[in-house]
Amino acid sequence: MTHERDRTLRVGALSRVEGEGAMLVRARGGKVERVELQIYEPPRFFEAFLRGRAFTEAPDITARICGICPVAYQMSACNALEDACGVGVDGPIRDLRRLLYCGEWIESHALHIYLLHAPDFLGYPGAVEMAADHREIVERGLRLKKAGNEILNVLGGRSVHPINVRVGGFFRAPTPAELAPVAELLRRARDDARDTVRWTASLDFPDFEQDYLYVALRHPTEYAVIDGRIASSDGLDAPVAEFDEHIVEDQVPHSTALHARLRDGRLFMVGPMARYALNRALLAPIAREAATEAGLERVCRNPFRSIIVRAVELLHACDEAVRLIEAYVEPDRPAVEVAPRAAVGHGATEAPRGLLYHRYEITAHGEIVTARIVPPTSQNQAQIEDDLRRFVEPRLAMESAELTHRCEQAIRNYDPCISCSTHFLDLRVVQT
Amino acid sequence: MSRTDRSTRRQPQAASRPPMVVIGVGNPFRRDDGAGIEAARLLRDIVPEGVEVFERDGEPAALLDAFEIAPVAYVIDAVVSDDPPGRVHRIELGGEGDAAVPSSPRRDSSHALGLGDAVALARALDRLPERLVLIGITGASFEAGDELTPAVRRAVKKIAASVARELAQLQEAD
Repeated sequence: MTHERDRTLRVGALSRVEGEGAMLVRARGGKVERVELQIYEPPRFFEAFLRGRAFTEAPDITARICGICPVAYQMSACNALEDACGVGVDGPIRDLRRLLYCGEWIESHALHIYLLHAPDFLGYPGAVEMAADHREIVERGLRLKKAGNEILNVLGGRSVHPINVRVGGFFRAPTPAELAPVAELLRRARDDARDTVRWTASLDFPDFEQDYLYVALRHPTEYAVIDGRIASSDGLDAPVAEFDEHIVEDQVPHSTALHARLRDGRLFMVGPMARYALNRALLAPIAREAATEAGLERVCRNPFRSIIVRAVELLHACDEAVRLIEAYVEPDRPAVEVAPRAAVGHGATEAPRGLLYHRYEITAHGEIVTARIVPPTSQNQAQIEDDLRRFVEPRLAMESAELTHRCEQAIRNYDPCISCSTHFLDLRVVQT
Repeated sequence: MSRTDRSTRRQPQAASRPPMVVIGVGNPFRRDDGAGIEAARLLRDIVPEGVEVFERDGEPAALLDAFEIAPVAYVIDAVVSDDPPGRVHRIELGGEGDAAVPSSPRRDSSHALGLGDAVALARALDRLPERLVLIGITGASFEAGDELTPAVRRAVKKIAASVARELAQLQEAD
């Protein structure tokens, strides 16, 4: 007999996420007994492609893992390879890297907030339908995205899969005159981002507070993005080189992406909510004030409210980009020399979706022997499943279509990038 | 599909607004999905002076920006249909004809926000060109690879030549 306490929710192809995946939630006797985020996007074997390639090729090869966050891959690769070669990059070249990364955050956060996540809150199947009734809001999102794209165009050489990044820095550094018009766009974007924080805070959120263990990079003086130590909300503080000592990955049968957990088995979350919880004090003052004004708690524990956190980070990135351009002095040379040596190097940066770890072993001639890449979505995967389990159980009386939709929204809270983790999202509700 | 985004111009942007643009859409590393890109590459050498040619991956925001460049836009993209490979579909919006654009069949990822969505979004935001001609070429294979299948390759050549002729006629009529 069909009973609301026994049900299966399925989404066969999740929408408004990056990549291909499905969801299955099965409940029996009022208890959720199975939750699977099924990533069926084929495995992509990037780590194997890298073997035997020159270390200088890694930034361009790994950039191809994702069209939304290529800069994150380039930067984590550069960090890891420079670490292997014993080279540090600072001064204006490091600032240009921060600027490029701001562009990616702006682009990615604007896309997720406005085109992928907002339709859930406003009750539309997608951005197109939303645009008909909320034209100004969608225009604002597109303007913001364009400002981020422009940073990538000018500094990266093009807006997707930038071609100007190399181990040691850039192939060519922009002139201050080339960056000036970008700053102009970004000042407008900063106003738009402030409005974004206010607007996202006005949305309705389901009551769903969870006690998350947050993991993010931490830097002594910056809201960590391009480097830092690994920190957690329960006191972990470790160099990136010890990533493997603290985080382990397992294969699960229902997904082509690996599942990550802390070594002691606990789940954790990476991404905007984790960064905000650990590094709030280091946000640009304008972003911190906007967060306070919007009523965003110091540690946000409701993943549906991640849209506000993402808006706060969007504002931070716009402000930081403006400040970096205003203070920019063209470096004497666009990159530092990086000579290979036989070594292992580790690197991590904060991709828009969370911590992205790379590890490379290279020979004295600079050939890559092994590569390891741990993207944020695979780290979040087990946590997403746990959210679904906790979210569904008290709501089993809800009508199937509505509950399924809510589950999809809960998945989109993470802005999952399935192409990176390999790819996922298709949700199903089955009555048994 | 990956987000390649190569913008190419036949000549440096003129100070005045170009009268027409051609936008080739697709992913050249997914075989026939690269039909629009290949058409754009062929057209770059044969379009009349002043017409700008772009290559785009289909990402809606970038298409919307390209729509704003000129009052007349031709968009060439690969399509999936039950027709024989190489069959050409044409939809005109604005001008004398106006028609609905089918949306992407599957909206299961942000990748799948396609041309139909971009046109719908442009319409909702009042950002459609005065005249938009959408040309779809039915593909046979969308597997990984950088070669078009023979029927699609032939269709692309024909389409490039006929679009170039059409653009020249439009320019003369102006």
